[in-house]
Amino acid sequence: MPVAEEVPVELKVVSEAVSGDGASGCQAASCGSSGEQLGHLPAHIRERVFNHPCYSEQAHHHFARMHVAVAPACNIQCNYCNRKYDCANESRPGVVSELLTVDQAVKKTLAVAAAIPQMSVLGIAGPGDPLANPERTFATFRELTEKAPDIKLCVSTNGLSLPQHVEELCAHNLDHVTITINCVDPAIGARIYPWIFWNNRRIRGRKAAAILIEQQQKGLEMLVERGVLVKVNSVMIPGVNDEHLKEVSRVVKAKGAFLHNVMPLIAEAEHGTYYGIMGQRGPTAEELQGLQDACAGDMNMMRHCRQCRADAVGMLGEDRGAEFSLEKIETLEIDYEAARERRAAVQAAIREEMEAAHKPQVQTVAVPLSTLRRRVATRPVLMAVATQGGNVINQHFGHANEFLVYEASPAGVRFVGIRRTDQYCTGQESCDEGEGKLERVIRALEGCEAVLCARVGMTPWEALEEAGITPVVDHALAPIEEAVEAVYAEMAANGLAASSAQATA
Amino acid sequence: MAFQIIESCVNCWACQPLCPSEAIREAKPHFLIDARKCTECDGDYADPQCASICPIEGAIMDGSGAALNPPGSLTGIPPDLRAADTAAAPSG
Repeated sequence: MPVAEEVPVELKVVSEAVSGDGASGCQAASCGSSGEQLGHLPAHIRERVFNHPCYSEQAHHHFARMHVAVAPACNIQCNYCNRKYDCANESRPGVVSELLTVDQAVKKTLAVAAAIPQMSVLGIAGPGDPLANPERTFATFRELTEKAPDIKLCVSTNGLSLPQHVEELCAHNLDHVTITINCVDPAIGARIYPWIFWNNRRIRGRKAAAILIEQQQKGLEMLVERGVLVKVNSVMIPGVNDEHLKEVSRVVKAKGAFLHNVMPLIAEAEHGTYYGIMGQRGPTAEELQGLQDACAGDMNMMRHCRQCRADAVGMLGEDRGAEFSLEKIETLEIDYEAARERRAAVQAAIREEMEAAHKPQVQTVAVPLSTLRRRVATRPVLMAVATQGGNVINQHFGHANEFLVYEASPAGVRFVGIRRTDQYCTGQESCDEGEGKLERVIRALEGCEAVLCARVGMTPWEALEEAGITPVVDHALAPIEEAVEAVYAEMAANGLAASSAQATA
Repeated sequence: MAFQIIESCVNCWACQPLCPSEAIREAKPHFLIDARKCTECDGDYADPQCASICPIEGAIMDGSGAALNPPGSLTGIPPDLRAADTAAAPSG
């Protein structure tokens, strides 16, 4: 499938954008938080994505999305994909448990949208490629455009068949398309895509990659010309396309893509993919962040992608798919009109709440640590934050399945990414709980020097300290950026940040 | 002259709309080719369509029982590594 992390983006941006003008003079690497997602976007684009949970770290706490798995066929092979998709315990793109017909997909969407009034977006992302299944994909869109016109439609594609379907895509209530673009150089593409199906033949090697790249770029240009928002997903594959993705970022930005989402390769032998079996490793969190920072100079980068399943349901980071199995939705009686009115009311209230909550933060995003500027240079420090939303530290360490990671440096505080602790199936061992949750969490926090949370128990406290991660609970319920800044200032005052400066200098 | 789909098929639908003879149909536990309709695309295409898009090595056989896409031919995974993986993989 087309590596649909999710279909699209951001809310925090709404507030960041206010200071967007001033961001142009910043060093890209130290000014990531205003540029990290939509800060540079014109207001009319922010308006179009404000309620999209995938585009917005804040919106995802308020709005819900779902994917329907109506598109099983694919027209290319990627080395990170195994077409024998099916594991109910896994959460990653391309994996799906239950393939739906168009009727089932429409029924499921309407059922979810009635049960979860925060639902704002419906995406088709696989498990194959939506545009390699055009009849099913477009039939689903047609019916939903008619029956639930308030729900935004998204599609995530590998791009091979994109140019021929642009007109039809534009005919629907669709304003975002995600294209997975892993390269613009056929020599690199030949190491990622073993074959494509094109003009009734299977084409291999460089020739295949060249055709795919040409179609992706053409599709991107055609969508931008028609005013459709295009996000580009790239899978970072160390040693294959990691350096090259900087070039990809430049090219797609120049052509008008509004957001670039660099995602880490997920490769385990148990997944049965080429990369998994051949021992190709994924990037470390540090490598991923380094590349995102390098690309950020040219492009709005997406940092909070959860790399969801192709049939995910609910808020980002959660999956309520099991509540809406075909068997269950068959028994539901739904008043569609009432459900739509309820959605409108609930979502209007959310928007008001979000706007109100964000106003005071305009001044605090990308806070320059003025108090630190006059001191000796302190090195950047990564801190993990446990939050349930609202831009405050309000989650118990033990309840967190994911952590937001912030970097504090003399230049300010910026959001740099997300670490999930429950995402990847690593085979039987993890399914059997072979590795304890605490060990998994600590492994996920590698590179972070502090973890800010509402509370933390004694056992994890000691384990964290032993791993070199300082638990901090003094800032429970405080705004995240301010708390990170305060902890960093304290570290600097204690000589912590300065003392190991030589190590990174 | 006819091809056959066997149990390793993952029911991805990719082949079904491509068949010029409408010989492929959805079935449980896997898709099937109607041997009376299949022409192996002779006269319609240079390459048999189902076998040209099928992503699963070994899922489509020719009349003699030989895989049209033998192990390793689509994924590049050496067959000995694949066999080891299949034996070790979790069932779910």
